[in-house]
Amino acid sequence: MKLRRHIAERGIEGLLLLAALVSVFTTLAIVAILVWESVVFFRSVALLDFLTDTQWTPLFDDAHFGIVALLSGTLTTTTVALLVAIPLGTVLAIYLSEFAPFRVREVAKPFLEMLGGVPTIVYGYFALLFVTPLLQRIHPDLPGFNMLSAGLVMGVMIVPYVSSLSEDAMRAVPMNMREASYAMGATRLQTAVLVVTPAAFSGLASSYILGIARAVGETMVVAIAAGMQPSFTFNPAEPAATITAYIVQVALGDLPHGSIGYQTIFAAGLTLLLITLLFNIAGHVLRRRFREAY
Amino acid sequence: MVTTTVSTPSAKPSSELKAQVNSLSFYYGDFQALKGIDFPVEKNQVTALIGPSGCGKSTFLRCFNRMHDLYPNMRYEGEILLYPDGINIVSPEVDPIEVRMRIAMVFQKPNPFPKSIYENVAYGLRVRGERQRNVIDEKVEEALRSAALWDEAKDRLNELAFNLSGGQQQRLCIARALATDPEILLFDEPTSALDPIATARIEELVSELKEKVTILIVTHNMQQAARVSAYTAFMYVGQLIEFDDTKKIFTNPSSKLTEEYITGRFG
Repeated sequence: MKLRRHIAERGIEGLLLLAALVSVFTTLAIVAILVWESVVFFRSVALLDFLTDTQWTPLFDDAHFGIVALLSGTLTTTTVALLVAIPLGTVLAIYLSEFAPFRVREVAKPFLEMLGGVPTIVYGYFALLFVTPLLQRIHPDLPGFNMLSAGLVMGVMIVPYVSSLSEDAMRAVPMNMREASYAMGATRLQTAVLVVTPAAFSGLASSYILGIARAVGETMVVAIAAGMQPSFTFNPAEPAATITAYIVQVALGDLPHGSIGYQTIFAAGLTLLLITLLFNIAGHVLRRRFREAY
Repeated sequence: MVTTTVSTPSAKPSSELKAQVNSLSFYYGDFQALKGIDFPVEKNQVTALIGPSGCGKSTFLRCFNRMHDLYPNMRYEGEILLYPDGINIVSPEVDPIEVRMRIAMVFQKPNPFPKSIYENVAYGLRVRGERQRNVIDEKVEEALRSAALWDEAKDRLNELAFNLSGGQQQRLCIARALATDPEILLFDEPTSALDPIATARIEELVSELKEKVTILIVTHNMQQAARVSAYTAFMYVGQLIEFDDTKKIFTNPSSKLTEEYITGRFG
């Protein structure tokens, strides 16, 4: 009896461990393949060229491998997206956590979560077929593919992530902190801005980091609405390919395995991974540094 | 039903009222937490509120700065008149923020903001729109001195308030409350989270502060009430059972219930 229980217990433990190992193994495998294939890539392309060249034309006869041409697209669309998502998400979180009556919150939250559940391809076509024409009415010279429209829509897409995490962080601020503020004669807005927001700072910071990671890694919206043409520009009114858009383009194309053009997607992928890793580490440090224990 | 014996304390010729509570009732939804309380608050004196847990003493205290307004489904009845102007601070027409500008509060658990020591004390001034740096500097120093924290804090004003000890944090909360020159200072069991030494310092402070400000203090520590207050009110299940000079309450209470409570037979 005791033995059977013991065996069952062990079996379950083993299964759980296996499940955990699958995800660890997958992550490690991804990193290994990216590094391995990138090493192959960097055998034929110098790292210095990769980092300093401003053109990305791996498929042309005159091949250039300047990752900054793709990086600029990623950074520009991400910046535009964050300019939308961070202010909007934070304001929304402040409203939901500090101002909204119970009923409003109960209705608004599922809607916001739904916004996060819309397939990104839908956002992409929304940007291309609705937002871009709208922007063109204000600014007729805007090209059909442009980073502005892609960035704006991506920003809206990220709002639920930022606002939901930020709101959780704000609601975790203890009530006695708010009472102290109100007791000093503060208004709701003063309490929200001067006390609750700083007290929730570590949570807000990690929600922003998550937003950045989402924006950097987002593929469909930018691939559809920002264009596929790599170009070294930080002007959001121009079309440009992001790292992710380039990877999609090449991965879907019919480049032969092992060719240098095919190899580029691994170098690009590794760059992307490093950027997200960097932000994750930054977020971790921020969280540790500003964590308040109540 | 409990018989209520409220005897008014012997009127002193010098006494002046800071506030007068008239048949105040308070409801959480359908539950009546306070049942028609009448109660004088004398200026520049310490008045203690004692009673067993759940008797409504904190609820009563929190009527004075309309803290209940932060939560839904509550209702005040009756009046608390604040002198010299005689406004009824629980009237729905009176803005709770106006009330809180005049009546400050120190809570049970020290609750400094996640800001520097300086900014904690300056908070009330900033909220009131004060911008002049030298005015704020002056007020912060004055408040910290009044709260007997200046000597310990003057070299670390820019440090995070959480770095202070529990007793220091509570004195910081007192300084924060004092910085805006309140007319009444409410203490809600201010020493229940502190060790005996820190408690003694706060009690000393309360006795000193009455020169500047009228004080209402809720405590479940009867010795504390006896030590710091001139008047004591004994509450039981939402009613004011007895109100009198502290000395009289602790030596010769009129109500049987008061006597049983202060001699430790219940509570």
